[in-house]
Amino acid sequence: MPWALAVLAAAGWFESTAGAQTPQIGLAPTAQQAAQIPVVPQARFVVLLDAAHGGSDAGASLANGQTEKSFTLALSVRLRSLLAARGIQVVTTRESDAAVDPNRRAEIANHALAQACLSLHASESGSGVHLFASSLSPAQPARFAAWKTAQAAWVTRSLALTGAINAALQQAGIHVTLSRTSLPVVDSMACPAVAVEIAPDHAAASQTVHSDLDDPEYLTRVAEALAAALIEWRTEAHPL
Amino acid sequence: MTIPRYQSILFFLLLVASVAMGVVLWQLRERAHQRLVAGQNSTPTQAPEVAPAEQATLLVANDADGSLVAQTHSLPLSKDPGSRARLILGKLFDLYAAPDAAHAVSGGANSVAQVFLMPAMTQTAAAPPQPDSPLPGTAVKTAQQSAEADPNSPQLAIVNLTGAFAASHPSGLETETLTILSICATLHANLPRVTEVRFLVDGQQRATLAGHADLTRTYLTADAVPTEGAQP
Repeated sequence: MPWALAVLAAAGWFESTAGAQTPQIGLAPTAQQAAQIPVVPQARFVVLLDAAHGGSDAGASLANGQTEKSFTLALSVRLRSLLAARGIQVVTTRESDAAVDPNRRAEIANHALAQACLSLHASESGSGVHLFASSLSPAQPARFAAWKTAQAAWVTRSLALTGAINAALQQAGIHVTLSRTSLPVVDSMACPAVAVEIAPDHAAASQTVHSDLDDPEYLTRVAEALAAALIEWRTEAHPL
Repeated sequence: MTIPRYQSILFFLLLVASVAMGVVLWQLRERAHQRLVAGQNSTPTQAPEVAPAEQATLLVANDADGSLVAQTHSLPLSKDPGSRARLILGKLFDLYAAPDAAHAVSGGANSVAQVFLMPAMTQTAAAPPQPDSPLPGTAVKTAQQSAEADPNSPQLAIVNLTGAFAASHPSGLETETLTILSICATLHANLPRVTEVRFLVDGQQRATLAGHADLTRTYLTADAVPTEGAQP
């Protein structure tokens, strides 16, 4: 039943069991099989990708008539493919050129119970990749968190995630700038969250390396570095 | 042929009447002009004051490395703290409008419409109400009055930017964040009592500066001031 497989795949069932044996759908294991298979609780690792802007909100104007909304969507799709290929479940806030309310983006992130949330942006100003953690002061986790400051309980983890991404990008030879900012979408996320802004890498350009935003090779390098960072982050979050 | 005597007399009388009417009209014009000048009293009532140049520290943003660099400039500054803050931010925006600016933002000094200073309410609003206060707002009001009286009490600066500045500001997470942080850090460097900053655009609250940085929250200047050799 292909349709049943499609429904299960869409529900993320396959990704959540990635790395294990192919599940036998519809067949319960026998008592003997159940006794042979050790019961190891498989930790669920979910990454949320938030392609900023969309619809009537085009974001920044980039080189060659490109818009920020189209760039972030392309990066989100590329990164999702790289992560899914490595068995990581990915949830995205948008899959098309559609306007998504900032609160709705944070709702999607918080419902996903993600272990890493990336808000993807692009700009022509600056150089390389700019990483931003929330500027909220760290706070103790509370049973009920305020919507606009939900990230406060996760700031420490977000800074650690920023460090992991920084290391991966620098290993890929990409210039990185670290900072803190107040971005409403990130401030409402209850997960380790980082805003990633990609700009042309002028430092690399001086070394005769094409690093403009309309260069597919640069986009691929950034996406692969981000994927490597998230895989490293998964190892740190859920050591085998 | 001779002109009759009565015609000569009539001509002379008409000539005299014309000259008399001309004189009267001239006098009426002069009186009207004097009345007009009297309505626009341009008499100087206050001696012009040339403000002495003072040193101002500007935290100038650099897009290349996302840093804030302290620069000292000599400016004629007003004694009034609000005007003083506006002049300092105007100089900061003039630097950003320069052709070779490391953080290019157009607009210049006219981008800041006003800067208002008032007692910061963080401490007072967060403080629990006193048990003997008859009304919940009384404690806050009393604390605000005492804050106004205390010359060292923290202040909230409300920076009213022009809509043209916000409309022309480059869109981007880093560039918008740097603009906000440089404003906060510059205000705190020159007016140490300013501990909090809020932003308005054309007198109204606005969601973001140019699509990214949040303008609805209160910024703490302590978060914007760069540490030695570190990025903000």
